[in-house]
Amino acid sequence: MKMKWWKTLGIILVLYSIITGLLFPVPKLDILNETVRNLYFHVTMWFSMIFLMLLSMTNSLRFLSGFEKRFDLKAETYASTGLFIATLGLTTGMVWAQFTWGAFWVNDPKLNGAAVTMLIYLAYFILRNSIDNEESKARVSAVYNILAFVMMIVFIGILPRMTDSLHPGNGGNPGFSNYDLDSSMRMVFYPAVIGWILIGTWIAEISYRIKVLDFNKENN
Amino acid sequence: MKYLITLLLSIVFTTQGIAQQNNVIEMADVMRSNGKIYVVVAVLATIFIGLMIYLIRIDKKVQKLEE
Repeated sequence: MKMKWWKTLGIILVLYSIITGLLFPVPKLDILNETVRNLYFHVTMWFSMIFLMLLSMTNSLRFLSGFEKRFDLKAETYASTGLFIATLGLTTGMVWAQFTWGAFWVNDPKLNGAAVTMLIYLAYFILRNSIDNEESKARVSAVYNILAFVMMIVFIGILPRMTDSLHPGNGGNPGFSNYDLDSSMRMVFYPAVIGWILIGTWIAEISYRIKVLDFNKENN
Repeated sequence: MKYLITLLLSIVFTTQGIAQQNNVIEMADVMRSNGKIYVVVAVLATIFIGLMIYLIRIDKKVQKLEE
């Protein structure tokens, strides 16, 4: 089988981040200790999710400009894969929070924003399933999906930055660039982000192809 | 030999701690120095490779169905 190059690249990058993420030196920080390495695994989930939601949104836009069914199907698949990865991000974040902030859930704007974002995307699937007419289902959910993406940016990208947050880079907290002076963490973090984005896209691609097979089977 | 290394390391760490007024931030340096972290890396890498092989196989199957 001919593997697409970006799938292989995704595997290599994530494997690299697992090995170097545990072995490379990290800055010594109070409270965080070795858990700072979670940056390579927990934060990358969110980057991957945001990228998948972006793909979902662009496919909704493409659907609205030509009303081709396949773009609607793509938008749905990317959103569901994105939601799955967000669930992983949320659960890993809860474990990390328990051991650094002392509770599985703290009243942090970023946490609540992430939760609201997930509810917004859950509503997208409820909306889809509540409309019987295929044509109007695709149109209404495409419009809603664009709104959902904008709300996601507001809730996890803008609002947490405007108030106090426990997350780095928010509310006057230093981002990781401030304590990562020798850039040793970036060497692992950025490849990990790209790797997880590629793997997330890969999973979505497979799930889309299965849906197309299903669709063709039903219509034959 | 191992005990000697551990002893030396603990002496180094305690003296550092005194020097920095017990402000030493605990890291898994000792775990790394005797090499055991590689076991965890190996386990994680195996699980990840296994999952990826599974994903590649699904990819193959879908490709076969598409043809």
